[in-house]
Amino acid sequence: MTDVMVRAEGVVKKFGTNTVLRDISLEVKRGEVMCLIGPSGSGKSTFLRCINHLESVSGGRLFVEDDLIGYRQKGDKIYELSPKEAAEQRRDIGMVFQKFNLFPHMTALENVIEAPIRVKKVSKAAATARGKELLERVGLGDKFDSYPAHLSGGQQQRVAIARALAMEPKLMLFDEPTSALDPELVGEVLDVMKELAKSGMTMIVVTHEMGFAREVADSLVFMDGGVVVEAGDPRTVLANPQHERTQAFLSKVL
Amino acid sequence: MTNAQHGSAAGETLPPNGAVPTKAIKAIKLRHPWRTFFAIVIILIAALFIYDAGFNRPAYDWASVGKYVFDVRVIGAAFNTLQLTVYSMIIGIILGIILAVMRLSPNPIFKSVAWVYLWTFRGTPVYVQLVFWGLLAVIYQSIDIGLPFMHPWISFKTTAALNAFTLAVIGLALNEAAYMAEIVRAGILSVDKGQEEASKALGMSWGQTMNRITIPQAMRIIIPPTGNDVISMLKTTSLVTAVPYAFDLYTRTRDIASETFNPIPLLIVASIWYLFFTSILMIGQYYLEKRYARGTGMQIERRGKRKFVREVAPRD
Repeated sequence: MTDVMVRAEGVVKKFGTNTVLRDISLEVKRGEVMCLIGPSGSGKSTFLRCINHLESVSGGRLFVEDDLIGYRQKGDKIYELSPKEAAEQRRDIGMVFQKFNLFPHMTALENVIEAPIRVKKVSKAAATARGKELLERVGLGDKFDSYPAHLSGGQQQRVAIARALAMEPKLMLFDEPTSALDPELVGEVLDVMKELAKSGMTMIVVTHEMGFAREVADSLVFMDGGVVVEAGDPRTVLANPQHERTQAFLSKVL
Repeated sequence: MTNAQHGSAAGETLPPNGAVPTKAIKAIKLRHPWRTFFAIVIILIAALFIYDAGFNRPAYDWASVGKYVFDVRVIGAAFNTLQLTVYSMIIGIILGIILAVMRLSPNPIFKSVAWVYLWTFRGTPVYVQLVFWGLLAVIYQSIDIGLPFMHPWISFKTTAALNAFTLAVIGLALNEAAYMAEIVRAGILSVDKGQEEASKALGMSWGQTMNRITIPQAMRIIIPPTGNDVISMLKTTSLVTAVPYAFDLYTRTRDIASETFNPIPLLIVASIWYLFFTSILMIGQYYLEKRYARGTGMQIERRGKRKFVREVAPRD
């Protein structure tokens, strides 16, 4: 087993003629928490979505635990993966969305147990027991039978985290998990994420919460215009940014 | 202003924050005298019409209506109409879902096939299509199964294999499929894209996503127009006389009327049966809609109680 969880080598992503990511190279180690920051349109969410192949990479190589994402390489030829193979790659990568994307026609518990039952073929009893455990872990032990419409934004996002954890992922991706929340609800979601980070989960977090980045992240990456402008220890980068674009961005958000 | 007045009444104690103590508002309900007036007028007109129809218009011939409404031939025909509706809707819905998924699939071949199908079957009147199906045996005398240009493995005469009832069902179902496809497609497109992404991110396959996530949510959009189509189909069955199939409700009552030279009571008989079926269908639709409203905040809570909170008066 390698120590590197995610490795990006010169990743390029184009939408038509619009190049969103230019030559992104970085590494995330097992157990590491990386925060991605940057202005909107900088490509940070797109990069995150490339990691579990919700977007396909147009150039370079992206590996999760030595698996090439979205493609299979044989010699110097590269083949697209079938939808089934892509789904298999995604199973072990959890993702939490800005808008939660809970399934509105299912209760909190049903949301959490759906994928383990359908994808991992876990028995309903086992999935339910595990699902209840996870919902308790995110502080929603009394909301098993609530539909998403009856939960607050913070509660919905915590259900979404539990739902992702139910697949026992090796890597968790967070796409601005607190951006759609009312300010007083941000804390409860960040608390769950902190606890998750402490438990040793490898996490990549696209965020605007600089406090979270400073306190929890092991590394910080600042992106702008589709490139990594600056990366390093979060406390150092936040306190003493080297690049002028980083300085300009941080002066606006801090 | 209120505060100033309260201030002048020196003895009155206000809560420290200055709020006025809450008291339920006892408002006099707004009256609608015109509503009452028009309701009475309409009831009077209706009563007059019913009285007139009942006693002054012999052409209605209510005695014959009573005689024919439970006539064996009429009941049989009503049952045939119901069967035509059910069979053609079931086939129409299944084909419609397949066509909708084909139209939305990334596969260009599926897409074009579905498009051409819709173009043909929506672009021609169902009556014309039914006449065509009736003439199928003239165009294709036998149905052969086998490889082209070789002796067929199985072959049977079209007239023997497909009777008028089957042809009517085929004709109605294929036409309906084109309309159902558009209804289903609209339903699927109405589901938020984030739902599919969340499902994909959990490792669920395209089929699982469709079955478990997208279609159940699309159902809320699909059911009302589908219910509409079922009711519409019930009535469209009266066109199967074009095939010609003569044992549906309308054609049968018309045939009876042509024997008795008394068409009006039999039209009423047919209408009574059509209304009876549509009423049942509407009740069914109501319950289906409620079933698929889960999680939208409009539904009955799991434990039972209806949650209609009306806040007329502020709570203490």
